[in-house]
Amino acid sequence: MTNLPGVDTIIEITYLIATALFILALKWLSSPATARRGVFAGELGMLLAIAGTLLHHGIVEYKWIVIALVLGTIIGVPLGEVAMTAVPQRTALSHAFGALCVTLVGTAEFYLRTPDVPRFMMGVLSLEVILGSLTFTGSLMAAGKLQEILPQRPITYKGQNLVNLGLLGVAVVVAGMLVAHPEKSQLFPIIVGIPLLFGVMMIVPIGGADMPTVISLLNSYAGLSAAAMGFVLDSKLLIIAGALDGASGLILSINMSKAMNRSFSNVLFGAFGQEQTTVAGKQEARPVRSATPEEAAAILAAANKVVIVPGYGMAVAQAQHKVRELYDALTKRGVDVKFGIHPVAGRMPGHMNVLLAEADIPYDKLLDMDEINGDFPQTDVALVIGANDVTNPAARTDASSPIYGMPILDVDKARTVMVIKRSMGAGFAGIDNPLYYLDRTLMLFGDAKSFVGSIVRELGGGHE
Amino acid sequence: MKLDLLTSLYVFMLAAFIGFEVIRRVSPLLHTPLMSLTNALDAIAVVGAIILAGEYHAHGAMLAKILGTIAIVAATSNIVGGFLITDRMLRMFKASGPKKP
Repeated sequence: MTNLPGVDTIIEITYLIATALFILALKWLSSPATARRGVFAGELGMLLAIAGTLLHHGIVEYKWIVIALVLGTIIGVPLGEVAMTAVPQRTALSHAFGALCVTLVGTAEFYLRTPDVPRFMMGVLSLEVILGSLTFTGSLMAAGKLQEILPQRPITYKGQNLVNLGLLGVAVVVAGMLVAHPEKSQLFPIIVGIPLLFGVMMIVPIGGADMPTVISLLNSYAGLSAAAMGFVLDSKLLIIAGALDGASGLILSINMSKAMNRSFSNVLFGAFGQEQTTVAGKQEARPVRSATPEEAAAILAAANKVVIVPGYGMAVAQAQHKVRELYDALTKRGVDVKFGIHPVAGRMPGHMNVLLAEADIPYDKLLDMDEINGDFPQTDVALVIGANDVTNPAARTDASSPIYGMPILDVDKARTVMVIKRSMGAGFAGIDNPLYYLDRTLMLFGDAKSFVGSIVRELGGGHE
Repeated sequence: MKLDLLTSLYVFMLAAFIGFEVIRRVSPLLHTPLMSLTNALDAIAVVGAIILAGEYHAHGAMLAKILGTIAIVAATSNIVGGFLITDRMLRMFKASGPKKP
């Protein structure tokens, strides 16, 4: 083919270095101090691998490659500049793009190789396009729900799981037939089309609070489909990158499912969002104690130790910058302020941390559930902003509660609990929160952003 | 061929183990940047798309070119957008106290 045997070696070496850099990138991400170096390593590895690939002697035409690279960059830059509150939908969208790439390449590879595709190759190729296409539509649906283009409310119907599993079953059976008879290329559109439909159906019953699990799971699927593509193209670099991504998504899925007390198999088969039973005839009009911003400010000012617990409600109200002002005002008075963050707070893993970091809150004040829970008994005030189910003590005490067993932030152990909430409406799971009726709990009714703003004004007002 | 396949399986297995060990150590603080970074790295699939779009094909050339080109666009937007947003997020994470510049 070519008289330049050296080029192939150079390409392989760029891939080898890229692989090492990718692993280093993830290793350096373990701490905020080295994390940016990790991004640089990843960029360098990517650049090397792409440059190496462009040297490939088999490439006869560069025009479309260059056009596509430029177009991708034009689309990619605005996607890198979205607001931090839009990061969950951006992430879902990027899973969709990754899966689209893998599915298209897989489809082309099949039609280029048919009718003689080796059995094993056909098996991996099927896995690639099935995972790729279901991740593509699934992620688009998730992005649509997060962006609120689609209804966020879960849509369920009788026999839903049966329909979904049936669809997936058909795709797997057809893939099996293709492995047995790879020459029957008329079957191929089925293993692309059905998973495309399955991806939509899979996300239809998912509500907003389940999104962290779903996004992690789609992340894992995207990685595995890329690894399968690596097997098809015999590219070790791609196998490794896909395996790393798949592992990352899987770890996050397991974390999220543990944090919601769902089983591992529950996550793997994507059968979440089942507990939509609204408690009928719940006893209303139990007395709650409420407080004004002035009262809340006075209590906070007298405290030594405050833990703020943010939830999705804080993100919706865009209250993170006001929360930072509150943090500043209290810290200036010598109050020790920390943040307690539940793994599934928000719409994706780590969502709250990013929002609070954007508001300039130092990351060493942002503590994980396991780190902060021991502190609540010594905490003077636990301030809950826009979080509900993750603070519900029924998860610890009431075996009949749908969220029983879910690990929660033990805010009820603090001396005083303050909850900023729009109204007494129930949370995502439709479950009443006994926290609100405790003697030590003060309800602060109002919009999170303006209520926190009022507290800050009170704290700033002539006390010093 | 058989040997190649076996090697690939070893590579996959070892990479999965490395992935688990390395990613387990990532602090929950950085789980959002972790997801956007792995997403960008995963877009290395662009390598396959480039070869697909650029190679000579005796038959199916049109299909390969069209699908390959779209695939490159999708992957490149993930690479560019993924690295950009990861770096933007990480720049926001600052420690308290005057020690750090």
